Amino acid sequence: MATDTIAAHDDHHHGPEKGLLRWVKTTNHKDIGSLYLWFSFMMLLVGGAFAMVIRAELFMPGIQVVDPHFFNSMTTMHGLIMVFGAIMPAFVGLGNWLIPMMVGAPDMALPRMNNWSFWILPFAGAILLSTFFMEGGAPAFGWTFYAPLSTTFAPDSTDFFIFAVHLLGFSSIMGAINIIATVLNMRAPDMKLMDMPLFVWTWLITSFLLIGAMPVLAGAVTMMLTDRNFGTSFFDAAGGGDPVMFQHIFWFFGHPEVYIMILPAFGVISHIIPTFARKPLFGYSSMVYATAAIAFLSYIVWAHHMFLTGMPVAGQLYFMYATMLIAVPTGVKVFNWVATMWKGSMTFETPMLWALSFVFLFTIGGFSGLMLGIVPADIQYHDTYFVVAHFHYVLVTGALWSIIAAVFYWFPKWTGKMYNESLAKIHFWWSIISVNILFFPQHFLGLAGMPRRIPDYNLQFADFNMISSIGAFMFGASFILFTYIIIDGIRNGKPAKARPWESAKGLEWTLGSPAEYHSFDKAPSRKAIEQESQHTSVA
Amino acid sequence: MKMMKTLIGAIFAIASTFALSEYTLNMTEGVTSVSQNIYGLHMTIFWIVTAIGIVVFGAMAYSIYHHRQSKGAKAAHFHESTTVELLWTAIPIVILIVMAIPATKVLIDLENTDNAEMTLKITGHQWKWQYDYIENDTFGVPKEGITMMSNLAQSSRDAIKASTQPEHYLLDVDNRVVLPVDTRIRFLMTSNDVIHNWWVPAFGVKQDGNPGYINDAWAKIEQEGTYRGQCAELCGKDHGYMPIVVDVVSKEKYKAWVSEQKAAAAAAAASASKTWSKDELMAKGEQVYNANCAGCHQKDGKGMPPVFPAMVGSSIANGPAADHVNLVLHGKGAMPAFKMLGDADLAAVITYERQGFGNTGTVVQPSDVKSGR
Amino acid sequence: MSSKDSYYVPHGTYWPIIGSIGIATMFVGMANMFHGVSWGGSVTALGLGIVLFMMFGWLGQVVNESVNGLYNSQVDRSFRWGMSWFIFSEVMFFAAFFGALFYAREFAIPWLSGEGNNQFTPDLWNGFVQTWPEIAFKTPAAELRNGTALSVPTELIDTWGLPALNTAILLLSGVTLTFAHHALRAGERNKIIGWLVATIALGVAFLGFQIAEYGHAYDIGLKLNSGIYGSTFFMLTGFHGFHVTVGALMLIVILYRVQKGHFSKENHFGFEGVAWYWHFVDVVWLGLFVFVYWI
Ligand code: HEA
Ligand code: HEA
Ligand code: HEC
Ligand code: CUA
Ligand SMILES: [Cu+2]
Repeated sequence: MATDTIAAHDDHHHGPEKGLLRWVKTTNHKDIGSLYLWFSFMMLLVGGAFAMVIRAELFMPGIQVVDPHFFNSMTTMHGLIMVFGAIMPAFVGLGNWLIPMMVGAPDMALPRMNNWSFWILPFAGAILLSTFFMEGGAPAFGWTFYAPLSTTFAPDSTDFFIFAVHLLGFSSIMGAINIIATVLNMRAPDMKLMDMPLFVWTWLITSFLLIGAMPVLAGAVTMMLTDRNFGTSFFDAAGGGDPVMFQHIFWFFGHPEVYIMILPAFGVISHIIPTFARKPLFGYSSMVYATAAIAFLSYIVWAHHMFLTGMPVAGQLYFMYATMLIAVPTGVKVFNWVATMWKGSMTFETPMLWALSFVFLFTIGGFSGLMLGIVPADIQYHDTYFVVAHFHYVLVTGALWSIIAAVFYWFPKWTGKMYNESLAKIHFWWSIISVNILFFPQHFLGLAGMPRRIPDYNLQFADFNMISSIGAFMFGASFILFTYIIIDGIRNGKPAKARPWESAKGLEWTLGSPAEYHSFDKAPSRKAIEQESQHTSVA
Repeated sequence: MKMMKTLIGAIFAIASTFALSEYTLNMTEGVTSVSQNIYGLHMTIFWIVTAIGIVVFGAMAYSIYHHRQSKGAKAAHFHESTTVELLWTAIPIVILIVMAIPATKVLIDLENTDNAEMTLKITGHQWKWQYDYIENDTFGVPKEGITMMSNLAQSSRDAIKASTQPEHYLLDVDNRVVLPVDTRIRFLMTSNDVIHNWWVPAFGVKQDGNPGYINDAWAKIEQEGTYRGQCAELCGKDHGYMPIVVDVVSKEKYKAWVSEQKAAAAAAAASASKTWSKDELMAKGEQVYNANCAGCHQKDGKGMPPVFPAMVGSSIANGPAADHVNLVLHGKGAMPAFKMLGDADLAAVITYERQGFGNTGTVVQPSDVKSGR
Repeated sequence: MSSKDSYYVPHGTYWPIIGSIGIATMFVGMANMFHGVSWGGSVTALGLGIVLFMMFGWLGQVVNESVNGLYNSQVDRSFRWGMSWFIFSEVMFFAAFFGALFYAREFAIPWLSGEGNNQFTPDLWNGFVQTWPEIAFKTPAAELRNGTALSVPTELIDTWGLPALNTAILLLSGVTLTFAHHALRAGERNKIIGWLVATIALGVAFLGFQIAEYGHAYDIGLKLNSGIYGSTFFMLTGFHGFHVTVGALMLIVILYRVQKGHFSKENHFGFEGVAWYWHFVDVVWLGLFVFVYWI
């Protein structure tokens, strides 16, 4: 057959197509990575705007801005949009951009499916947001949508929410499959598994979490759908079901989900710290094992979100012990990062600032997580702002922090330009101060007894709420600066070197800045791989 | 670095203003052995993680300060050490075991609800609490028990949209639970609709009420006084308006209260069998309406369409009385069932809906409700 | 053939966006259908149509590229990884429903009858006593379910009737499919076709019996709203039946492709992928037979 004429490599060196349709049709991992990142940034603004509504209502006691039902919708949609719209797609975007370059592959393994996993998201987002305009209002049962509040007692729009979750699930599963296939099959032939950079490792392991957990979520919403519309009794005691069963199924997904949002973050941080400490990553292999251990443990601790549902004591004890164990591999990671800094030669460019504050603030969030894991103590913490503080420390100053760090770190590689370093530093300090004003007082609120998901509160909580809200508005405003820095960098930034950070390691830095539209048609050599590996000592 | 110092300064400045204010920064110690144990556990873990934090952040700060390029630090090349790796795997495990032991003890104690001297059954409703005192000889609770509903107090409801809030804003109820001091009390939690969670921090009691299942918890309250709490599980629109107020009194006072309740119950039963005048019904109905129905249908009866229909001009309120009674007794969709209210209360509130708000329905008597059950 | 040394990266495709539009249309249609909106059904059908169009178009293109030798063995491996992890995700989807079944049996029902730490729970249900699987016979408060009664079955489904027969049928179809695979590797075209036809026929027979059994279940009053047993029974068997249907359709496509001569002795991932899927559906059925019908 005369296929040579349409053989792939002939048009490999073509640049991108012109016009808007390029983005619709594209199968290029860099394009799709950008799509994901921009989409998630937009969702971050939407979810953040909802958070601003929450904080505005909680600015002082009494109902001023929104009515209670709408407030609950805000909380629900804020959680959903942040988790499924902002953080997860952002990591998939980073994975798309970076993984092929890091493993020396020409593209993702299944490029057309890659396009599909992205192009489902806008539809899912649109369906989700359209519920605001439906009769009865948007879902208002929290991002955890516990039955029966989300079944018998929920508005009609819930069925649209269910289908939106299905779509999000399809997208995540396809994304995860693609990453597994890419890492395992597209890696440069000379790259052994233990040569892979940590971002690749963490994403590989995250993919297994996604494939294991997302279908279970699909199962949960399917049961909701039939309970709501077809008379089944999964979550209804009168038919022999159990509302608590919903929680088991949900958290079997939900707990791995929170590690889905933090493992790639660990990967990012494990790239940035060695670069700016000018020292190889300490304990590469134990980092890999720790990641795997966290992933494994994350499947067997789910009921720590359900200590007060009336579980038998044996269950509580088991889930408490298992939960506490997660501190061990996570600790290994933290210690390794500190050991990487130790006796390094550190400089503090913007990505490093974000990474260092990640280590600090994520650990604080981890500590409060550990406290939550102690069942008797969780009796007082559960469903209070202490929990809210915990998960914002791990999610905002953890997951989101690492994403911002990654954006600054790889910005030159993506755009070929440098961002404005002094503005970026101002942005960093602004963010870190405001985010702590925003979330630290929430610990006190929780301990003093303020439940979460309430639109109004007693006067004793007034001061801290006001402080928190002020922090929130300041932090919100920081995103205006962030947007400016990014756009200014893309437009007016100075040209960046191929390796803008002198001691950065990784195959991606062997490419040009910006990276060529098609990279690594020829797999990198063993020598290049060794030179760029994270665990060989730097020259 | 300057930035860092200003930051720390700012944090201290903020922190010191907190210290001056009366607001609690920490968990309550509470008034039961369970809550005190929990507090002890909380502080133990808190100090442990603080210590770990000092070590970890200290090491980080030290190397940030000393091992930076601007100070001329040259990077070392080490990047592995099995010994340290093992060490910092093993030490946390030991620390965790140290934490797990007391946690296990406290947990096993607080989950054992045997040997209770009395039982209080708590049923969550959207959005109020129902308390049933189960038959009990020690305090003379009658066989059929004592039942009461507890709603957010009117004073708080009135203040929600006002510019000033009263002292116990959102933490006041119309009917308080009364419990005896120094008595081992078993709480049974359940729900009538969605999941609620009965939480009184001072007792260290927080337990989900799941519809269709009954959970339990216990407390032996060591101090008389008034204790407040809130629903701690998202249960819909008015989840934020489901407070709990418990009056803990001496055993004697509690006994006296029980006999009062018995007498009141007898009176209510008597009043349910008599025929009420329209004015009596309207007056009582207004109270019942504001306590039970206004949350959804609003005080002015305009509802919050499309979810919560208006009473003004409602076809049910202006239609046959039997349908109205049936709907309120048994509920429909998101409209809860109100069977737990007494015949007189229901007759009053239904009459209030049928005659108030410019409606022209018929008057309903307790006997009509009774036959509708 | 050609691109042995370079990975095939397609350039530009409209299929995904068409697929997204199709699925979104279908879901919006379905949600409206459930709410009794008149146009719900037709919009669902339209969405489904778009999805099918996309499937044929997209897969057709892949087949074309494969036949034209654009794929090297690495691409083949990518497909294999993709298919196997897709199947794994399906396994987890079923696991959710099996989990619900176990939970209801091992926890919910005993708790409702007062076991474990639920000694007080039966108070709500007038002394409900656990039984399985006739749970729906004695469901505590059939009338309490938000005013709508549960459907109470009058008898049980006989494990050793249709379900056992169906088990045999599916197992047999796994065997015939394996024979087809052997024939494919031996390059015996007629045998492949024969065994494939047999497999498809067994699949269709299975579906026929399953439908008959559903009819019987409805006759004896076992319905979706027969409490948790009815819920798990229909959801598990229903999703399984759906997968058998999809599998059978895929086999038909494979049969067509065999006739077209798409597969070679060495290179026939399309066939293998579908075979994996079929075996997976088989294994799920075994779980169903044991846990839903038998014990
Ligand atoms: C990125 C997300 C993320 C991460 C990483 C974590 C990490 C952890 N979480 Fe968190 N969690 C959430 C997101 C996350 N969580 C969310 C979103 C919720 C709320 C959901 C909802 O209800 O809406 C939640 C809620 C939640 C609860 C339920 C609280 C309740 O509702 O009552 C619990 C209880 O156990 C818990 C525990 C933990 C633990 C033990 C960890 C551990 O992984 C932390 C481990 C880390 C450390 C401990 C720090 C570093 C370690 C060292 C320095 C070593 C030495 C330390 C010791 C030996 C102590 N989390
Ligand atoms: C996953 C990530 C994630 C992220 C990044 C955030 C970010 C933020 N979150 Fe939260 N949050 C959750 C996940 C997340 N959250 C989850 C899962 C819940 C639980 C939901 C539930 O209970 O069901 C929750 C709940 C939650 C609550 C509790 C609500 C309640 O219980 O009723 C609060 C309250 O303060 C809050 C606040 C914030 C704030 C102020 C931010 C800020 O960091 C946001 C900053 C971003 C922006 C502000 C957007 C950018 C700026 C603009 C759009 C420009 C305009 C700016 C202004 C108007 C000033 N979040
Ligand atoms: C949880 C919120 C809620 C509370 C509290 C509530 N209702 Fe309702 N009510 C509803 C909803 C929702 C409907 C609409 C039900 C439907 O048609 O599906 C409704 C409908 C009604 C109707 C019929 C109105 C019509 O025109 O269709 C009457 C009468 C009524 N309620 C009376 C009461 C009374 C009396 C009380 C208090 C004792 C009460 N409601 C408390 C939510 C509530
Ligand atoms: Cu009841 Cu929240
Ligand atoms: Cu968790």
